[in-house]
Amino acid sequence: MPRIIKKDQIVEDTWVQVGASEPFPEGDILVSLERWQAEQETLQAHAGRVGLCLIGKDNPRELKGLLDQFALIAVEFPKFADGRGYSIARILRDELGYKGELRATGDILRDQLFYLMRCGFDAFAVREDRDIEDALAGLRDFSVVYQAASDYTSPIYRRFGRTGA
Amino acid sequence: MYQYNELDQQIVDERVRQFRDQVQRRLTGKLSEDEFRPLRLMNGLYMQRHAYMLRVAVPYGLLSSQQLRKLGYIAERYDRGFGHFTTRQNIQYNWPELEDVPDILAELASVEMHAIQTSGNCIRNITADPLAGVAADEIEDPRPYCELLRQYSTFHPEFSYLPRKFKIAVTGATQDRAAVAFHDIGVRMVKNEEGEVGYQVIVGGGLGRTPVIGEVIRPFLEKPHLLSYVEAIMRVYNLYGNRDNKYKARIKILVRELGIEEFRRQVEEEWEHFREGAMMVPEEEIARLQSFFPSPDYASDAADDRSFEAHAAENKKFARWLKNNVSAHKVPGYNVVSISLKIPGTPPGDITDQQMYALADLADQYSFGMISATHEQNLVLQDIKNADLFAVWQALEPLKLAWPNIGTLTDQICCPGLDYCSLANASSIPIAESIAQRFDDLDYLYDLGELKLKMSGCINACGHHHVGHIGILGIDKRGQEFYQIMLGGSAMDDASLGQWLGPAIARDEILGAVERLLEAYLVHREEGERFLETYRRLGPEPFKEKVYAQNH
Ligand code: SF4
Repeated sequence: MPRIIKKDQIVEDTWVQVGASEPFPEGDILVSLERWQAEQETLQAHAGRVGLCLIGKDNPRELKGLLDQFALIAVEFPKFADGRGYSIARILRDELGYKGELRATGDILRDQLFYLMRCGFDAFAVREDRDIEDALAGLRDFSVVYQAASDYTSPIYRRFGRTGA
Repeated sequence: MYQYNELDQQIVDERVRQFRDQVQRRLTGKLSEDEFRPLRLMNGLYMQRHAYMLRVAVPYGLLSSQQLRKLGYIAERYDRGFGHFTTRQNIQYNWPELEDVPDILAELASVEMHAIQTSGNCIRNITADPLAGVAADEIEDPRPYCELLRQYSTFHPEFSYLPRKFKIAVTGATQDRAAVAFHDIGVRMVKNEEGEVGYQVIVGGGLGRTPVIGEVIRPFLEKPHLLSYVEAIMRVYNLYGNRDNKYKARIKILVRELGIEEFRRQVEEEWEHFREGAMMVPEEEIARLQSFFPSPDYASDAADDRSFEAHAAENKKFARWLKNNVSAHKVPGYNVVSISLKIPGTPPGDITDQQMYALADLADQYSFGMISATHEQNLVLQDIKNADLFAVWQALEPLKLAWPNIGTLTDQICCPGLDYCSLANASSIPIAESIAQRFDDLDYLYDLGELKLKMSGCINACGHHHVGHIGILGIDKRGQEFYQIMLGGSAMDDASLGQWLGPAIARDEILGAVERLLEAYLVHREEGERFLETYRRLGPEPFKEKVYAQNH
C-alpha cells in the first residue's frame, strides 16, 4: 500500500485514484471533477467514500456549497513548477471553508511541502521515487512566516506586537 | 533603513541552514543537478558560461555602509575582487564556488541581507526610486511600502511557482525614476482630489521579447489595501497566466489577451473575497515601517556654505563633476552625488572590493552611512552637504569613482552578454567598452547632452534596449555577431518603445554607426533639443540615411 504524509505523519493510503474511463472499484475512490459531474448517479450509489481530484484548470468555485460531501480533495501537480494548485487550495480552504483532507499529489518535492502546507494542504502524496521521510523534514524548514495564508489568518504584524525603530 | 528584528533574522538564518543542507546533498550526490537546479535558482544561483553566478538582493536599492563593506568583503574573499550592480539594483558575483555559497549567504545574513528570490518564477526583489527619501518631487517616501511588499513577497506560499518571474517597482515621486511602467506591477504614490495619499497601480508592463508599456489598473488605491490588491492581481495571474509557453507567460501577455478592462474586472472580483479582511494593512504597521526611515539630522545652516563655488572656479575637473554628477536635494544645502560605475576600461556596473570599502567609509563620514543603487547601474550618496562636496570629490577621484559622465552617452546600460551569459547571441561588454573609449572626450559628451544608450546581447533584453534613446541588440547572423539599432525609447514619464532603424550591422561597424547617429543628431538638432526630442520630431529618416549611406 502506498505511503503518504498526513498531518505530519507517514501513513498508509487507502484511496484509489480512478482513471478517466476505468470502472469504479470498491472502497474509497478518487475521481476527477469531470467524472464526478458526469456520473453523479453512479457515484451516489457507490459503497465507499468518494473524493475529488482537481487539476490546474479546474475552478474550485464550482464546488461552492457542495464541499461537505467530500472527505478528500486531491490537487494534482503535473509539474512542480505549475503553481496553480496553491491558489486552488487557498480558495477551497480560505474562501469556501473546506474542512476535509486536502492532498497534494503529483510532482511535489520536499522543498515545496512547506509552501503547500501554508496554502492549506494537510496531506502529501510524494512521488514514489522520492524519500518520504526526507520530504517530511521539509515541513519544518521554517519557523517564522510573514504572510497571512491558510495556516495563519493574520500577517506577522498582527501575530506579533512588533515595534519600530 | 529597515532593521531586522529577531523574527526577520530567524527567517534569513533558517534559509541559510536550508540551503547549506541542499548544497551538501548536491555535493554528496544525493541530489542530481536537475533536482538541485530549482533549489539553487530560489537562491539566486545561476549557472553561467564559465561558472556559477550569485545574485544578491539589495531591497529597493538601499545599502548601509556596513552592508556595502560586507559586499566588498565577499568580493575579496569569495570572488575575483569585484561585484557587478544590475539594472534591478541588485549585485552579482560572477565567480563563486558552489561549496562557498552557503558561507556567502551566512555572511550576508549577518548584515541582514540575502539572495532570496533573486531568480526563479516568483516575486523578485522590489525596486524603487533611487532618490527615495531625498527627491524634491516626492509625495511620500516609498521605502516603508517597499519593505511592506518585501516582507509580503518573501517566501509567499501561494506565489512561489508563478508562470514566470514577477517584478514590482515603487515610486513616491512625480517624476518616474523607477521605470514603473515597465514592471509587472508598478506602484506610484499619488494624491487624490481630497489630498489623501494612495497608490496608482500599473500592471502588465515589461521589456524582454515582447516589450509592453504597462496600463493603469487602478488610478487610486487607498493605503490599507496595497497588499490585498497585489494579492488579487497575483492570484488571477497565477491561475490564468500561460504556463505552456515561457515566452507568453509574463503577466503582460495575459493582460493583453484579456484586455485591461476584463483583467481589471477579474482582479476586482477576486479582491472582493478578501479586501476588508486581515490583509488590510493597519496604520500602526505603516507607522512602524515609517519609523525606520526618519529624515536624517540635516544641518539647518548647510546652505550657507558656498565654498564649492571657489573650488569650482579654480578646478575644472571638480567643476565638471559638480555640474554633471551632483543634483538637487529636497533640503537646501544638501546634494545628491551620483557615482558612475561606467568607468572607462571596466564593464558597466562593475565595482571592486577596494572601491566598496572606500565608499562605505565615505558614506559613514559624509552621508549618514547610506548608499543607494540605481537601476541605471550606478550608485548614489544621497545626503552630501555643500561644505563636503569638494572633500568628497577629492576622495572619489583617486578611486576612479568621480568619472563625470552621469546621464551622458557613456553612462550606458549593458547586460553581461557573451562574456558571461549562456543565452547571449553577441557580446555587449566589449561594445560598451569600445564606446566608452571612443567617446572619452567629456566636452563632446556634454555637448551631446542627455543620452541613454542601452544594450542587450540577445532578445531577452536584460540591457533594456527597447527603452534606450539609442538601443542596441546583439544578434547572431550565421555565426557572426551582428547588431540591430533602435531609436526613440524611454523608460521615464514619457515612456516609449524604440523603433528599429534598419538592417543589422556587423560588429566591426557598430561603433562607426553610433558615431554617424550622433553626427546626424548634431546636424539636425534645434536649440536645446535632446537626442530623443530630435528623433521624435524628425523620425528615423535622417538617422537612417546617415547610418546606412556610408555602409556601401
Ligand atoms: S539580454 Fe540576453 S545576453 Fe544579455 S544577459 Fe540577458 S539573456 Fe544574457
